[in-house]
Amino acid sequence: MRFAPLGDHAIMISLGSSIDEATNRRVRAVSAALRAQPLAGVVDLVPAFASVVVHYDPARVAGDTRVAPYDRMVAELEEQLEHAEAPDVSAARVVEIPVCYGGSLGPDLEDVAKRHEMSPDDVVRIHAGGDYLVYMVGFMPGFAYLGGLSPRIATPRRASPRTAVPAGTVGIGGDQTGVYPLVSPGGWNLIGKTPVRIFDIHRPEPTLLAAGDRVRFRQITLSEFSDWPS
Amino acid sequence: MNTTFRIVTGGLQTTIQDLGRVGHQSAGVPGGGAMDRAALRIANLLVGNDDGAAAIEAALIGPAITFDGATLVAVAGGDLEPSVNGAPVPSWHPIMIPRGGTLRFGRARFGCRAYIAIAGGIDVPMVFGSRSTYLRAEFGGFEGRALRSGDLLQAGAPSALSARLAASLPDHGAVARWSIGGTLRPRYSDDIIVRLIPGAHAGALNDVSRERLFDATFHVSSNSDRMGYRLEGVELALDEPIELLSEGVVFGTVQLPPSGVPIVLMADGQTTGGYPRIGEVATVDLPLMAQLKPGDRVRFRPISVQDAQKEYFNHERELTQARYAIALRR
Repeated sequence: MRFAPLGDHAIMISLGSSIDEATNRRVRAVSAALRAQPLAGVVDLVPAFASVVVHYDPARVAGDTRVAPYDRMVAELEEQLEHAEAPDVSAARVVEIPVCYGGSLGPDLEDVAKRHEMSPDDVVRIHAGGDYLVYMVGFMPGFAYLGGLSPRIATPRRASPRTAVPAGTVGIGGDQTGVYPLVSPGGWNLIGKTPVRIFDIHRPEPTLLAAGDRVRFRQITLSEFSDWPS
Repeated sequence: MNTTFRIVTGGLQTTIQDLGRVGHQSAGVPGGGAMDRAALRIANLLVGNDDGAAAIEAALIGPAITFDGATLVAVAGGDLEPSVNGAPVPSWHPIMIPRGGTLRFGRARFGCRAYIAIAGGIDVPMVFGSRSTYLRAEFGGFEGRALRSGDLLQAGAPSALSARLAASLPDHGAVARWSIGGTLRPRYSDDIIVRLIPGAHAGALNDVSRERLFDATFHVSSNSDRMGYRLEGVELALDEPIELLSEGVVFGTVQLPPSGVPIVLMADGQTTGGYPRIGEVATVDLPLMAQLKPGDRVRFRPISVQDAQKEYFNHERELTQARYAIALRR
């Protein structure tokens, strides 16, 4: 566990340098410990693949005020995190996301299939058959970085990104897959679309996915997609 | 009855901002809020508001706003040629706008962003604990968007202090003689020196780039906005490329993409990023950065995180003293 300043209002806790479930479990353990017993001055946490950023208010950190708040905060964090334990992964929430694959909702499905010399149906079966872990949420509101895409359908990003990908579009970019929560420019291969809102500020819990959730995609037909209650 | 006001012309990008969102970054929701927090806070104090009340941020070309009743306002930050009913008014002073009066802005003569605080703040719904407009996801502020001609807004209920400050000025319009201490006003310039806390990958810059970082003058690109500023003119390079996983970034993080053109993440910057980080701008210097416009120049000087926090406390202490001094006015 390494600590480093991220400016004068945040600290970066580094826990590794690779995308793997064991490292990410430690990330979740650290965030869970900091949430369970919030330290004075901590205002926000940003867990990622292999790190946690702690945002803090330097004026509210505990300890001897002759010592800089950064140094006090690091000491407090070290003490609190010494015994942080990994959360029980069997308790992970499973979120099912219905997807209508191909057609105008997934204009790159054919390209992805051709690239891997399989049929579009094969791509759908592999994608919808996967078990995915939300490693982190970031970059834009509600955007979940999913791990667990089968290497058989991993596909490099498109050479020229689209300027506006509609919200709800499901894409593959390299060995990652995910759902665009908002309309956004994007370079991923678009294979389908979900009628479910991934991010909606009018819901009490605006983001559908949180770090540590497991995700399954389920294929639906175009008429199910059109009739989906909004 | 709280003041209502109407946007006559919207200006280039006029939004409602406060001190931003806290506690929602793990959902990917950026902090957002005013680019120049110092100006926002001082403008609010001048009208008797909490320093973090929602106010109007105008950029480069300001709006025109008509107030239906006599209203206490203050303008701070960059100079966008403010006038009331055609007569120029100064920034950094409380101003009483007469009933039906119009506060009009022109173009940025100096700096980039002006803040208009209104006694009582602005009555728009809170989204994730803030009234700040987040344009990219279209939420917060007024209908999640920049203000435009015809918008009708309402001020919040003025505090007792606001009422007392207003009572000391005539209803038919006037500018208060008093202002805020000169040292509290950021030393804006179009050629600034900004203090940078060296970042995780500053040591990975090649020898030439490490010297350039604290030596060269960077220019703000025209491709700069509330999300980030691109700094042109001097390219930086790492000894060898670093493959990084996405991780948390902050308002003031200086990223170095493979192009070699550094990007300073600003108020609406994303919560996480995957580019090497060569430093973070000291919080006290973010207002200077926020007032830069395309073509303006910036140089960096190194500062330790400990010294940056000392500077931050000094600034906060001065602001607290100013708040007390204003509260004691009659």
